[in-house]
Amino acid sequence: MDYEWKNVGPLAAIPRQGARRLCFGQGGRPIAVFRTADDELFALIDECPHRQGPLSEGIIAGKTVTCPLHSWVIDLADGEAQSPDKGSTASLPVKLVNGEVFVGLAAKVAV
Amino acid sequence: MNMISDPRLHLVVIGNGMAGMRTVEELLKRDGGRYRVTVFGAEPHVNYNRIMLSSVLAGDKTLDEIVINPQSWYDENGVTLISGDPVKSIDRDARTVTSVKGVIVHYDRLLIATGSKPLAPPLPGITLPGVCAFRDIADVDKMLEAARNHKRAVVIGGGLLGLEAAWGLKQRGMAVALVHLMPTLMERQLDVAAGQLLQRDLDKRGISFFTDGQTEEITGTERVESVRLADGRVIPTDLVVLAIGIRPNVDLARAAGLAVNRGIQVGDDMRTSDHDIFSVGECVEHNGQVFGLVAPLWDQAKVCASQLAGDGAAAFASKALATSLKITGVDVFSAGALMAADESDDEITLRDDRRGMYKKLVLRDGKLVGAVLYGDVADGQWYLQLMREKTDVSALRDRLAFGRAFADATGAAAKGPDVAAMADDTQICGCNGVCKGAIVGAIKEKGLTSLAEVRKHTKASASCGQCTGLVEAILAHTTGVTVEKKLAALCECTTAGQDEIRKAIMADGLKSMAAIRRAFAWAKPEGCHKCRPALNYYLLCAWPGEYRDDAASRFVNERLHANIQKDGTYSVVPRMWGGVTTPAELHAIASVAEKFAIPTVKVTGGQRIDLLGVKKEDLPAVWGDLNKAGLVSGHAYAKGLRTVKTCVGSEWCRFGTQDSTGLGIKLEKMCWGSWTPHKVKFAVSGCPRNCAEATIKDMGVVCVEAGYDILVGGNGGIDVRVTDPLVRVTSEDDVLEYAGAFMQLYREEAHYLERSAPWIARVGIAYVKQRLVEDVAGREALCARFLYSQKFAQSDPWAERAEGAKALEFARLPEMADA
Repeated sequence: MDYEWKNVGPLAAIPRQGARRLCFGQGGRPIAVFRTADDELFALIDECPHRQGPLSEGIIAGKTVTCPLHSWVIDLADGEAQSPDKGSTASLPVKLVNGEVFVGLAAKVAV
Repeated sequence: MNMISDPRLHLVVIGNGMAGMRTVEELLKRDGGRYRVTVFGAEPHVNYNRIMLSSVLAGDKTLDEIVINPQSWYDENGVTLISGDPVKSIDRDARTVTSVKGVIVHYDRLLIATGSKPLAPPLPGITLPGVCAFRDIADVDKMLEAARNHKRAVVIGGGLLGLEAAWGLKQRGMAVALVHLMPTLMERQLDVAAGQLLQRDLDKRGISFFTDGQTEEITGTERVESVRLADGRVIPTDLVVLAIGIRPNVDLARAAGLAVNRGIQVGDDMRTSDHDIFSVGECVEHNGQVFGLVAPLWDQAKVCASQLAGDGAAAFASKALATSLKITGVDVFSAGALMAADESDDEITLRDDRRGMYKKLVLRDGKLVGAVLYGDVADGQWYLQLMREKTDVSALRDRLAFGRAFADATGAAAKGPDVAAMADDTQICGCNGVCKGAIVGAIKEKGLTSLAEVRKHTKASASCGQCTGLVEAILAHTTGVTVEKKLAALCECTTAGQDEIRKAIMADGLKSMAAIRRAFAWAKPEGCHKCRPALNYYLLCAWPGEYRDDAASRFVNERLHANIQKDGTYSVVPRMWGGVTTPAELHAIASVAEKFAIPTVKVTGGQRIDLLGVKKEDLPAVWGDLNKAGLVSGHAYAKGLRTVKTCVGSEWCRFGTQDSTGLGIKLEKMCWGSWTPHKVKFAVSGCPRNCAEATIKDMGVVCVEAGYDILVGGNGGIDVRVTDPLVRVTSEDDVLEYAGAFMQLYREEAHYLERSAPWIARVGIAYVKQRLVEDVAGREALCARFLYSQKFAQSDPWAERAEGAKALEFARLPEMADA
């Protein structure tokens, strides 16, 4: 699958065990980029599957983020809620190139 | 006469006082149609609450406020009131009464409720102007008039009434001396120790006492000038109030030939020696006993009304009675025996001079027969109940003096709820809307065995936790297994409890979250969203100035210094010190709300203004504008000091005893910025009316004439808890020291996310008193540690961020041009 890669700035702009929301979204929905304690990067649609809380404001531990509204725990890798809660938010590909963070949006398919 | 055409019986009541009118009220409730009622009152007023006259005198209440039944009540109920016209005679043969003004009325039933008269000893000078009793509105008018135009007053009589009169006159600005025949005050209700404590406290409030004082003469020419005692002492004065006692007013009854001893003799049915004549109130004598307190009068009124309504079985029996004194800030309770009657009786006493507290309990045959309480009267009604129900208290004996909470807590275990009888649709968890059926269903379907599992699957008890006990009971009932109560671990990362971890932080010098996790072999190397904020707080509290706060372990509200709302916007609440603001601040708030199109502006319960619906990226600019007007963060988002609610106090309020607003501001200035286990709210009320609602705050101060009552551990949230009294102090500096020490004790010893109310419920107020009141050096050290930690905590987070600190936090990541 092809992605439209967007440069969203240097890694240093995202705090460790923190996240930033992007100033553009996908399909009208916000995107957040997460950075773990080990400098791993993940991107999710910034809406908790429960009540659309901003996951980017949650506490990050390991490869999970806890939604600030009702404490659902979401897996950063695939956007799935941890058991016993059920639901998921879409994840997006991220890559780090020369210290710059790129997020991959679903490319518009050429007809 | 016109009553011939009326088929109803005519009830005539002599006396428009509390007992007579309560009887009429009770009768209307039972059988309003049977009687036509006519009431004669000697005073030119409607029915009022005589007990409250002392509050009128002290300025705590107005005359209007003590009216029990206004004229409209008489009109609506068809009760004819003839006031200002006392009855002169009763003709039992003709069944008529005649008033002083010559009104003659026929009765079918007569109720004599003539009350009592003040005792007036045959003293020389007793008829001089400036001498009065303390019995009715006319007396209060005389006393108030004297207080306006004169300076000095002498009250004769150191019982309940005399003390309340003295206090009222003192409140009205007079210099008051009290003469009492006996060596100690209120000797009929208080033992010697309690009487001495009372005298000491009132002496401090500026009333002079002349005990063992036999009044010989009241002197003066045109008006009273002095009171001379038998031992030669002379007290100059402009007003003399006689409050040496009362005696039943039996003149009418005696003249009518009814059986009269000390009072009008009545049987259990409240009938006098004449079957058609009843009597209630202070004028009666029942089984040799006369009455001066209100509670038995209410019982008499009920019995009399039932009898009048045709219930021949209604009977009056006197019960154990309790007395209390209506003097602001002086708490006295007395019931039953004052001391052991003989060797087979037991006395238990508990005395704490620093706290001004005294309790004496008298036991006979394993039952409580007397209680005298001074200073802390909270358990008075409980003791009274034990006396009335003649409860065997032998098993409670060693705990009895410490009060109900202690006796119950350490006594038999509380019975659990009856889960089996509960319907399936009974809602168990109000926060998450989970009913019993859903919990039982989940337990059975998924084979759940622990509270944690039930919480995960059903959310029951997962929010506020109030229903945890119920959920555990349902789990036990459904699985048939008793759920073992384990000391709650901090989170699933560890089996260690919070106290254990905090102890190790200090003892082993653990100064980072990683060090703690290593020491306790944490299951997850990074911890989780539950333990990280707790550990971050514990370290911050343990190592002020050394440990650096970890923003990534903070809940979003504390990281962004604003409260996240359901739609992801934020609310902003600037601090208003003690709830006081200025036009300039209000202008600034209004301008900010308009400039940033803030959708909702709301006044909070904590006396400040909430701006709701602020976009995250606008926060620094909003704060910057507020800062320019001198407004700083109100920490409305923090587990820290929120508000200090105050009333206007002595600066404006006619009842205020101290500067409650000023004290509230001092407290807020001292305590803001501190991080605590959970949020903390204070309040300061300027008088015991308690307009600032200090009794449901983490710490409340109620100002009284004698100083400041400090109260702790209140909560107005899910589980309403009234504060426990901690101590009374005499200066603002004392209040500030206690506040600092209380904050630090709470910071150091409560669990993370534990409000002060459940914390105190857990450790006990006795423990908190021991640490803060009894251990003086300990209190000073706690306060010093608090003030030290405040050095690092008191910087405005809004100012820092408005100036650019952590600016990255607030902006979104932009799209960059490709490199």
